[in-house]
Amino acid sequence: MIRSVMVMNTQGKPRLAKFYDFQPVEKQQELIRSVFGVLCSRAENVSNFLETDSIFGPDSRLVYKHYATLYFVLVFDSSENELAMLDLIQVFVETLDKCFKNVCELDLVFNYCKMHTIIDEIIFGGQVLETSSTEVMKAIEEISKLETASNSISLVPKSVSGWRTR
Amino acid sequence: MAGGTSSLMDTLFQRNLDDVIKGLRLQLIGESAFISKALDEIRRELKSTDPHSKSTALHKLSYLSSLHHHDMSWAAFHVVEVMSSSRFAHKRIGYNAASLSFHDATPVLLLITNQLRKDLTSTNELEVSLALECLSRIATADLARDLTPEIFTLLSSSKVFVRKKAIGVVLRVFAKYPDAVRVCFKRLVENLDSSDPQILSAVVGVFCELASKDPGSYLPLAPEFYRILVDSKNNWVLIKVLKIFAKLAPLEPRLAKRVVEPICEHMRRTGAKSLMFECVRTIVSSLSEYESAVRLAVAKIRELLVDDDPNLKYLGLQALSIVAPKHYWAVLENKEVVIKALSDADPNIKLESLRLVMAMVAESNVMEISRVLVNYSLKSDPDFCNEILGSILSTCSRNVYEMIIDFDWYVSLLGEMSRIPHCQKGDEIENQLIDIGIRVKDVRPELVRVARDLLIDPALLGNPFLHRILSATAWVSGEYVEFSRNPFELMEALLQPRTSLLPPSIRAVYIHSAFKVLIFCLHSYLLQRESITSTCPDNLALGVSELVLKREMPEGSDLATCEGPPAHGEQDEGFNPRVSNQSFEDLSVENGGERIISHGQTSTPGTLENGYTYESIVNLLNLIELALGPLIGSHDVEILERARNLLCFIELIKGKLPECLVQKEENLESEEMKASKIIELMCDAFSEELCPVSVSAQERVPIPEGLVLKENLDDLETICGDIQLPPSISFSLGSPHYEEGVSASLSDLQSKEESEPSNESTSLLREHRKRHGLYYLPSEKNEIVATDYPPANDPKLQDYLNKDADDLVKLTEESLVAKKKANHAKPRPVVVKLDEGEVVSISAKRPELKDDLLSGAVREVLLGSDTRTTSSRSNPSDKSSSKRKGKEKLNIGPSELKDNLGDAEKHEHENPSSRRSRHRTHGKERRHKSPGKISEETEENGQKGKQKSSHHHAKHKARRRADTPLDVVSQTTVIPDFLL
Repeated sequence: MIRSVMVMNTQGKPRLAKFYDFQPVEKQQELIRSVFGVLCSRAENVSNFLETDSIFGPDSRLVYKHYATLYFVLVFDSSENELAMLDLIQVFVETLDKCFKNVCELDLVFNYCKMHTIIDEIIFGGQVLETSSTEVMKAIEEISKLETASNSISLVPKSVSGWRTR
Repeated sequence: MAGGTSSLMDTLFQRNLDDVIKGLRLQLIGESAFISKALDEIRRELKSTDPHSKSTALHKLSYLSSLHHHDMSWAAFHVVEVMSSSRFAHKRIGYNAASLSFHDATPVLLLITNQLRKDLTSTNELEVSLALECLSRIATADLARDLTPEIFTLLSSSKVFVRKKAIGVVLRVFAKYPDAVRVCFKRLVENLDSSDPQILSAVVGVFCELASKDPGSYLPLAPEFYRILVDSKNNWVLIKVLKIFAKLAPLEPRLAKRVVEPICEHMRRTGAKSLMFECVRTIVSSLSEYESAVRLAVAKIRELLVDDDPNLKYLGLQALSIVAPKHYWAVLENKEVVIKALSDADPNIKLESLRLVMAMVAESNVMEISRVLVNYSLKSDPDFCNEILGSILSTCSRNVYEMIIDFDWYVSLLGEMSRIPHCQKGDEIENQLIDIGIRVKDVRPELVRVARDLLIDPALLGNPFLHRILSATAWVSGEYVEFSRNPFELMEALLQPRTSLLPPSIRAVYIHSAFKVLIFCLHSYLLQRESITSTCPDNLALGVSELVLKREMPEGSDLATCEGPPAHGEQDEGFNPRVSNQSFEDLSVENGGERIISHGQTSTPGTLENGYTYESIVNLLNLIELALGPLIGSHDVEILERARNLLCFIELIKGKLPECLVQKEENLESEEMKASKIIELMCDAFSEELCPVSVSAQERVPIPEGLVLKENLDDLETICGDIQLPPSISFSLGSPHYEEGVSASLSDLQSKEESEPSNESTSLLREHRKRHGLYYLPSEKNEIVATDYPPANDPKLQDYLNKDADDLVKLTEESLVAKKKANHAKPRPVVVKLDEGEVVSISAKRPELKDDLLSGAVREVLLGSDTRTTSSRSNPSDKSSSKRKGKEKLNIGPSELKDNLGDAEKHEHENPSSRRSRHRTHGKERRHKSPGKISEETEENGQKGKQKSSHHHAKHKARRRADTPLDVVSQTTVIPDFLL
């Protein structure tokens, strides 16, 4: 089972943080901070795995990947395969790339919701449910279609940005 | 109207999430100020009646909670409101906020059951998916119970998008409400037959999670898993199925035999490294008795090891360490790669290869490997150096040093390890030095020698990581002083001026050891004198020594008296920052003392070696008085107490000792007797040997009548609240900074006085430098800052690290092979071991109640359904099936019931032949286990009955309890069979 997904930049600012077992916000902050502490001390071109028993408790492993200014991090237990988790990060990043065309950190900053939707389609309650980025894209398109449809039903324009997007 | 416009204006100019993000990035007023302003806005907007403003506010709040860690539990009720919005966009925000912030203790969870039910039955698949997603994160026992029927329906939904999520949510539902198994399990199993890869992947994932907690219950499903293993082409699915088999195979040997070939086939064929690695891991961890499979797996491991990708190399090493305990040859075959990996740039790889190297250690090669590793640790970075030292220490001490034959070697290795610059394993080395001293009698002479070498080196005192080791060496040299070649030298080492760098607790050990050494010297002196006086009552010789004494004495006493007053003035003894400016004087005192020593020693070089002269004893006493004089004003109780003990003892002895030498005055005969009596008494006090004590010794003491051990002492906390830290700790916390200052100034002065006649310790230091040039910095640097070490990652070092690795490989070439028995020059000394009491008894851990319930339910469903098939054949008993019917009626509508029965039939027809032979072969085996199961089952039912007697399930619970015996009987006959 996957315990947590994190995306953070190389300064340690979280861009996405999902914990599949409930953690109070203070604990979340602490976990993110300690993960970053370990990540930033690692050299380039070393293995992407970390033993994180001291941070996340027994039977936990961490896989990360470093893309440009971002770290993509997955924390999971022994019922996942390490290399498969690396692939999953790849799937996630590919999907983001399809979504935003040459994804960069700013895309993720301004499209927090979309990133959230994507990861929710891939990982469901800590389990990998979808590994094909085309399938994920299909779902994402449908969700956003429905969202805009439900917004446009309203008679009164609800916000300035609502105007702008039209 | 006016109110209407204002709310319209509010919504018109409400900032949405994008605006907040932009504002955060602009940072016009600073992040925290901006956020608190935004939070104020959100608070206001959440109260708005307009659903759009409300949901936008909640959206912003979720963002701030998730990425900026602001609590949002206060908005729980608003979350519920937004969830119930009819518009999808709002609903989504509400659901996301709920899965982000709700947990088992959130009170408003009670309010969302109906909303979830409504959305789960919605015709819009995206709405259903939202509800499922939320449920997979926040489901509680109540929610799971109430929504089980809806999830049951969704498990056979025609829409893949919904069905896979329903399968996913089952995991949480089962965990929270095990009874749901009785309803949903069969549908879940049906999904294993699905042809859709997404469904299959989801359901296999769920079974993998379930099986990892309680593999035994899922053995009956092995045929389904086997089919997937053979048929599936999807790597994700295969990996999960392999994980399931890794759990199941150890439980059922015939299953292992069956799956080993398909797994090897996958391993050979697949191009995906992840699947290949999973196959390897399954083989080496769960199927390691199949030699040919293991050979193949090790060949694949080798591929991973030589790969350039550090990830693969790391995983290969990991797989190798799984295989190592059972198949030692696998490590030997790859030992070159393993040892080369010790010098890899990747810390993970280094660590893993170190573990492997340690796994190779055996009695025959422990010396070689340790030697190689210690040399290696000298060149590694501090962290890894300590990893190496730690693993050597723990491996060698395993099982009361069972691996060590030559303890002399091991003790000197410990000494050598202490001198490694990065060594931070002081605690462990300290323990082992003392432990070995106590346990192994034969090693004591060597131990004392090692201790002496460490003790006498003034440079080591400056390294705080070594203080614990020094404490052990001080103790050893005091306790086993009789093995020392030169106790006077030990005494000087124990009292050397730089001991002021030690923390008080360790200094106290030093002083106490000095006491022991002194007693030993006096005792030997008396013994020797007795023998001299009895054998050769030559007055001339005595006269000469008396003359020397007469000449020496005034000088000594003069010095003692003239040093006395300033020493007393220095009572603070340099631990107090206020007197730091006095350290100079202090130093002069100490230097003076040293000069006396050196003087004394130069005057009597021969006698020291040969025996104890009166003069040397007097020198010894003077030395102690001089060194400890300042300490009687110490702030630390331990130091003060021990110093006083020693000084008072000297006072007591000193008055009598001179006279006892003067033979002519007969009237003092009694005084002499007194002195020797005292000394003998003290000697006896110290001669009692310390022995190891069993861990469980205290348990064996019967508890005296009337002693209350389990009384609640919480009240004490209020009384003792203020007493937090023992003084020594707070003291050592405050002092290091100052101590460093002293050491610096002190050593500065020392270096200035370098030209002065060197005392013994500095000459020893020089000698050490010559011998172990590696361990020390050039002398000036060492003198200036005592705690300075050579830089860890010297780029120059890196250069020949690689070359070094090659050497290492060559070095270990022979040592790693399980070679000829080492020729033991001497037999292994006796190591004192206590009885088995040293092994701590571990009480069996009780499994968690929830898991118990879950596995009970799963077993019941799986084996129960089998029961029906078998029982219908052997002896018709409608009871179990009617029970099932009744239960499902409670939870599901009648339409489902029919459906369900159909399922059961289908299941029955699926493999009737396979089930027939089963109980013939296994009946006996199972029957053995049954009694335990009966008690477990009934107990579990009892608990359940108690727990949930209030809610509406109580009725069928009661019925089930009545049925339990029947259940058990049927279980004994039902054995899964996957061999046909």
